[in-house]
Amino acid sequence: MKAQIRKIVTVVDETLTEMGQAVEPPVRRAAVAAVIENPFAGRYVEDLAELMDVGEELGKLLAEKAVAALGIEGPKAESYGKAALVGENGEMEHAAAILHPKLGAPVRKILGKGAALIPSSKKRGGPGAVLDIPLGHKDAAYVRSHFDGMEIQISDAPRANEIVVAVAITTGGRPLPRIGGLKVNDIKGEDGLR
Amino acid sequence: MFDIFLRKRIIIVEEIFHEGGPIAVTPLRRGAILAVIQNPFAGHYVEDIAEFMDDLKPLGLAMASQLVAALGGDPTIIEGYGKGAIVGAAGELEHGALWHAPGGYAMREILGGAKAIVPSTKKVGGPGTRLDIPVTHINASYVRSHFDAMEVGIPDAPRADEIVLALVMTTGPRVHARVGGLAASEIKGEDGLR
Repeated sequence: MKAQIRKIVTVVDETLTEMGQAVEPPVRRAAVAAVIENPFAGRYVEDLAELMDVGEELGKLLAEKAVAALGIEGPKAESYGKAALVGENGEMEHAAAILHPKLGAPVRKILGKGAALIPSSKKRGGPGAVLDIPLGHKDAAYVRSHFDGMEIQISDAPRANEIVVAVAITTGGRPLPRIGGLKVNDIKGEDGLR
Repeated sequence: MFDIFLRKRIIIVEEIFHEGGPIAVTPLRRGAILAVIQNPFAGHYVEDIAEFMDDLKPLGLAMASQLVAALGGDPTIIEGYGKGAIVGAAGELEHGALWHAPGGYAMREILGGAKAIVPSTKKVGGPGTRLDIPVTHINASYVRSHFDAMEVGIPDAPRADEIVLALVMTTGPRVHARVGGLAASEIKGEDGLR
């Protein structure tokens, strides 16, 4: 494995009620984050191919763990998202190299499909920084009920020379969606948007 | 008798491979389970609250079992534990203290009669409040390698009329424990201390 992993954190949340209303079935969301060494910390490196490969490895590892933590078959997942938090000695472009070129393909393979763009966020910060992972429906980005976000926080990461890389996968959208827009039932699933 | 209204359940599992030193042959795992429940005493002073401890027992046992399952399902690999509570702003610290008996004895029962007192902490706070839950060895509080802690928190809990109840378990010593003291191999296992 190219990624030098110090730790992996898995968070599963399950919402059973919201504002006194039962959520049936409860919505479950998993975020899995790997804390890795940043091979380019503290110096400018032009070619970021190594981090792109790390992204590919982590896409597979994190998505497998997320699906396992939810206890579902990959194709049963409904929404997804990804994010990276770069320690202070790294650059934003390191997060981009991990997230964008190669991380998505293995995630989609595990989920069976995934026509939609995987929504993402990135930032730089220190240990304990909060990372908000955006979420969207995996087959149609316009499904309004699944616009969501999941927050993760690791008290001891990222250290200056580390990067936190996270993938979130869910079994559903917001607990009580009722603001209209494209519905899951109306997905055409051709262009990843609708 | 009070009903338990559970809004949300969170499970967090960390797998720690190293912290700058040798890579662990078996990664240390630390897990936390958090339940967000309604505080039946929020908003006013209630003198007699102790019976709520009995009401919390089934929840405590369920949480302890779910946490063992999240850590692999084998209770014999659990070596450390701790517990805590965050009381929403319309409650009082004493409401958090209701978790001591049901939370602690639930873990001791599920782990097959663990001998050591379960270390704990609690506070009153708002949504997103972080709690550092102390961890010690399940059979001998003085085992120095197992003094640890896990930080937990939930972005949207506790609301003012809620309580976050937490249990933590670990599968071993700190990943690079090397500061001496009573070793796990030297436990007498009679008084819960040594």
